[in-house]
Amino acid sequence: MAEGMVGTSKRSIALGHFLLILGCVIVAFPIWYVTVASTHSIQTILNPPLPMLPGAEAAQNYGEAFSGSITRIGGVSVERLLLNSTVMALGIAVGKIIISMASAFAIVFFRFPLRMACFWLIFITLMLPVEVRIMPTYKVMVDLGLIDTYAGLILPLIASATATLLFRQFFMTIPNELLEAARVDGAGPWRFFKDILLPLSATNIAALFVILFIYGWTQYLWPLLVTNSNSMNTIVIALRKMISFADADTPWNLVMVTSVLAILPPVLVVVLMQRWFVKGLVETEK
Amino acid sequence: MATLSLKDVRKTYGKTDVIHGVSIDIADGEFVVIVGPSGCGKSTLLRMVAGLEEITSGTIEIGGRVVNTLEPRARDIAMVFQNYALYPHMSVFDNMAYGLRIAGVRGDDLKARVAKAAEMLDLSTLLDRKPRQLSGGQRQRVAMGRALVRDPAAFLFDEPLSNLDAKLRVSMRLQIKDLQRRVATTSLYVTHDQVEAMTLADRLIVMNKGVAEQIATPMEIYDAPANMFVAGFIGSPAMNFLPATVTGSDLLISDGSRMPRPAGLQDGGVILGVRPEHLTRSRSAGPGTLTVRVLAVETLGADAFVHARLGESGSEDIVFRVPGHDRPAEGTVVSLAVDQDKVHIFDAATQRRISGM
Ligand SMILES: Nc1ncnc2c1ncn2[C@@H]1O[C@H](COP(=O)(O)OP(=O)(O)O)[C@@H](O)[C@H]1O
Ligand SMILES: [Mg+2]
Repeated sequence: MAEGMVGTSKRSIALGHFLLILGCVIVAFPIWYVTVASTHSIQTILNPPLPMLPGAEAAQNYGEAFSGSITRIGGVSVERLLLNSTVMALGIAVGKIIISMASAFAIVFFRFPLRMACFWLIFITLMLPVEVRIMPTYKVMVDLGLIDTYAGLILPLIASATATLLFRQFFMTIPNELLEAARVDGAGPWRFFKDILLPLSATNIAALFVILFIYGWTQYLWPLLVTNSNSMNTIVIALRKMISFADADTPWNLVMVTSVLAILPPVLVVVLMQRWFVKGLVETEK
Repeated sequence: MATLSLKDVRKTYGKTDVIHGVSIDIADGEFVVIVGPSGCGKSTLLRMVAGLEEITSGTIEIGGRVVNTLEPRARDIAMVFQNYALYPHMSVFDNMAYGLRIAGVRGDDLKARVAKAAEMLDLSTLLDRKPRQLSGGQRQRVAMGRALVRDPAAFLFDEPLSNLDAKLRVSMRLQIKDLQRRVATTSLYVTHDQVEAMTLADRLIVMNKGVAEQIATPMEIYDAPANMFVAGFIGSPAMNFLPATVTGSDLLISDGSRMPRPAGLQDGGVILGVRPEHLTRSRSAGPGTLTVRVLAVETLGADAFVHARLGESGSEDIVFRVPGHDRPAEGTVVSLAVDQDKVHIFDAATQRRISGM
């Protein structure tokens, strides 16, 4: 597919590989560096330069992290932080997918009054990311008593114009005849959605899930605002709290361990869903 | 199985009338073909019967029951679409079973019915495949199977063969006809291809610009087209039309040649219609013949179609059929005898048929 663009001569293949490898190295280096750092003692880390190869303290650092050292710092176990982040990221990803599929379904397949008005309203919210509407959103969450709850972490981030647009575009590529065939076969709207639209959207859903999971996992500003109690912190927030302003007070080895743990779930999601993810991005099965 | 009846069915989009009042009573088990040029409203009419398009006015009855406001699923019809509209993620079996499952058919009964339809369409070995693993002809058969398996009151077809190559189209045409005979289900079939229409139909509806110009059997339409549109549309190559004047004892053609005056006509201008197969080469010129100059010859094998121009300096084009081994050379002048029993006379103003045969 891409051959035509670059050519297939030996030189251009070599060049292509070189660029790809260079890119990988640049992207992977910080991750490698963090992983290496998480296997050294704090003395080694505080004594630059940091070695480029893993040290011998891995077992001790990771053992310490899980056996309570991080608990001593933030008052919350690392398992709890990972759980909070997972719940939030899953909630946002699943919630966004459900909401955006439902609204795209309504906009594409139903004729109702103010249909286009609804579409444009959704479209306009694209221009209002969380950061812009953060004050009113915070006020609403306080009024609803959702501070320090999973609902408070998840709900405000769910409404998604981007995903709605994506599904709208996809639904519009579904031939009208298919909808009509289903109607003649006796399928009502819900059946059509469940039996035909949903399976046909599977790769799109998978791709979107990966993107949204990572989006949710890496949220910083909103969780910071909406959680007061340490036990509701996400791992990203806790990581920030572990870093004290005085360098010497910061347990850098444990910070590095926590960092590795924090990037592990998103990496797992990408790796496990890679096949679906790529399929969803590059092909539409018709 | 059921009768199907349309009474003054109309369709309007905004201010444009797309269907101008079509009425027909279709008998139980009859195969009716709607034929007409692209954009004349065939699909719209069919989709109104299916319940996919609202009816602006008039009534549609299926099996004696008015279905005007019923959803497609409540009309007991099955439809075959132009692009087949198979569910891409379902196997052939599931595609065929989907409607039955919704209707509550389960288990062995479901399997038996799908198996029976699959057998009739020679799909038994393909039941596990996905649509994308099938050829065009196989997809078409699955689309047919999906309709067949439901055993509906009526089949509706919207140009189901137009995406197939010519050879497959001919064989599928025969298969559809045979299948419809065997299951004897009332069928309404849309096509723009007049050969398909003629070969399939018990009765034809010839449509033009939203008007049903003529409703009759294929041979009735061929022998006695109601107007010049129908006459020109049905038959291939199309009928020749020659302006003529009825005067004295003659029918005077524009190039000056004379035909015997047909009975029952008043003096004045008419249009003479002659099919290419009703012109034969003649040794002698004279009354009852036309003299033409050959422009081009299309050789098909058994036959050849000759395109010619009327008269020495005439402006009317004329097409006639000759045996493949007896073709005139291009540029030669030939005489053609007109089969007087097979000519059609149309009113020059209204284009309606006035006499003939
Ligand atoms: N939704 C619509 N709005 C306005 N005009 C339409 C619509 N659908 C079809 N038409 C018009 O109705 C006419 C008949 O269309 P159609 O039934 O699809 O023709 P056919 O199937 O004979 O080719 C066409 O002129 C088309 O432009
Ligand atoms: Mg059509």
